[in-house]
Amino acid sequence: MTVDTDRDAAFLAGIAQIADEIAAANADDVDRNARFPQETFAALREQRALSALVPAEYGGAGVSFDAVAQACFELGRRCGASAMVYAMHQIQVATIVRHLDGSPWFEDYLRDLVVSQRLIASVTSEVGTGGDMSRSVAALTPGDGGMASFEKQAPTVSYGAYADDLLVTLRAHPDADAQVLVLAAKDQTTLEPTGTWDPLGMRGTCSPGYVVRATVPTEQVLGQPFPAISTESMVPISHLLWSHIWLGIATDAFDRARAFVRAAAKRAPGQPVPAAVKLSHVMTQLSLLRAEVHSSLDMWNGAADDREKLSTMAFALRMNNLKLAASEQAPVVCQQAMGVCGIVGFKNDTPFSIGRHLRDSMSASLMVANERIHQTNAQLLLIAKEV
Amino acid sequence: MTDVSFPEVREIVKEHGRLAADVETLADGDSLYEAGMTSHASVNVMLALEDAFDVEFPDEMLKRSVFESVASIAAALQQLDAPLVA
Ligand SMILES: Cc1cc2nc3c(=O)[nH]c(=O)nc-3n(C[C@H](O)[C@H](O)[C@H](O)COP(=O)(O)OP(=O)(O)OC[C@H]3O[C@@H](n4cnc5c(N)ncnc54)[C@H](O)[C@@H]3O)c2cc1C
Repeated sequence: MTVDTDRDAAFLAGIAQIADEIAAANADDVDRNARFPQETFAALREQRALSALVPAEYGGAGVSFDAVAQACFELGRRCGASAMVYAMHQIQVATIVRHLDGSPWFEDYLRDLVVSQRLIASVTSEVGTGGDMSRSVAALTPGDGGMASFEKQAPTVSYGAYADDLLVTLRAHPDADAQVLVLAAKDQTTLEPTGTWDPLGMRGTCSPGYVVRATVPTEQVLGQPFPAISTESMVPISHLLWSHIWLGIATDAFDRARAFVRAAAKRAPGQPVPAAVKLSHVMTQLSLLRAEVHSSLDMWNGAADDREKLSTMAFALRMNNLKLAASEQAPVVCQQAMGVCGIVGFKNDTPFSIGRHLRDSMSASLMVANERIHQTNAQLLLIAKEV
Repeated sequence: MTDVSFPEVREIVKEHGRLAADVETLADGDSLYEAGMTSHASVNVMLALEDAFDVEFPDEMLKRSVFESVASIAAALQQLDAPLVA
């Protein structure tokens, strides 16, 4: 991972400070109470970190994608839920930036996002189709005066109650199969809660289900065809940023295990520390995770935003595999780290607690079900040549 | 109806593309995806084309735009020197 500009370095210094001083300090409370990490987001807004990916021509910071990935890692080390909210927002921003296709409305929107530090939530999953975001049930229905409306049964909308806007996948028309992405502002939208949010992990993402209803001007529909948006941006960017979070969570679990072993070694210098050998095993697993995450980012950078290359099956396979491999590996690292620390890792109130890390990392394989992605890759493997 | 050529390609699309419409009603340049071909079905079309024409599509050709229409498939096959009836 390279940080090659002063702008990136300044951005990351700000993120590291927020991660270490604010996200870390609130992580246990956010987790225990399944509450939104508002202190962290107030600080991120103050640093204009929500518009980091917005290009300078719209007034944004124009920070590199690498730096944002690194930010997800840094936040992930301190509070998985904060990192996930930040990553999901950045996925939406990146998608708009990369596919607005000259739309004046979306250009103005980005300018406003910079000024107001608007937070964008994602409404892709749907009751009935689950994580298959290319097969929406809900559709945009044209209305009068250039308006269109929709109603979508959303099973999981992270920080829906705290977001300023929602980016929603829908069918383009009640008679169409083709998909579109629609940006709905909070004041154009009603969210009717359909449940509560008391999950095992990633509790601070505050992601209950809602019936989402909105009426929006049709200029708020992103113009480009959804298959291109999905394969060139939404899917690879999601997998890259999520996996940086999972790597961050696993890295902190490892760091806690290492701190435990060092403490044990210091208590009895010269005595064998059985846990040290276990730690070495954990390092092997962590390095596999890190290698997959970093090499996938290298591959993304190597494609140099050649959209043709990004749309090949070989590329999709690789980005899907990143999600599968990282989501399966992160909980392995966390569980083994807990094995190093023993009971003080299992307890929730020690410096070596790993419960939150383990629980947060367990969301990874079902945040878009791995079996679904394996099914896709199984199909692609029939025809792709180099993997 | 404008162009209706490449009968061998059409035969394979018909058999494996699972189109909602009859492939004969589509012009060479019409989108197969819009006619209902899923990405799942498109892989089967690719496999059948490789088998029928004894070619291998290299990775850089394995993307949506190449399998978008009868015409784009035919162009790809021609690029691979497949013996293709126009
Ligand atoms: C913390 C968190 C936050 C989230 N935030 C959001 C959000 O903000 N917005 C949003 O839109 N979504 C969000 N999601 C994702 C949403 O919840 C996913 O759609 C969901 O996790 C997957 O849905 P599902 O498990 O109900 O259904 P499915 O994906 O349909 O899976 C159900 C079961 O069927 C199996 N299955 C599904 N398809 C196949 C297949 N093809 N082959 C074999 N088995 C299959 C799965 O393995 C699984 O066991 C979030 C998820 C998490 C965990």
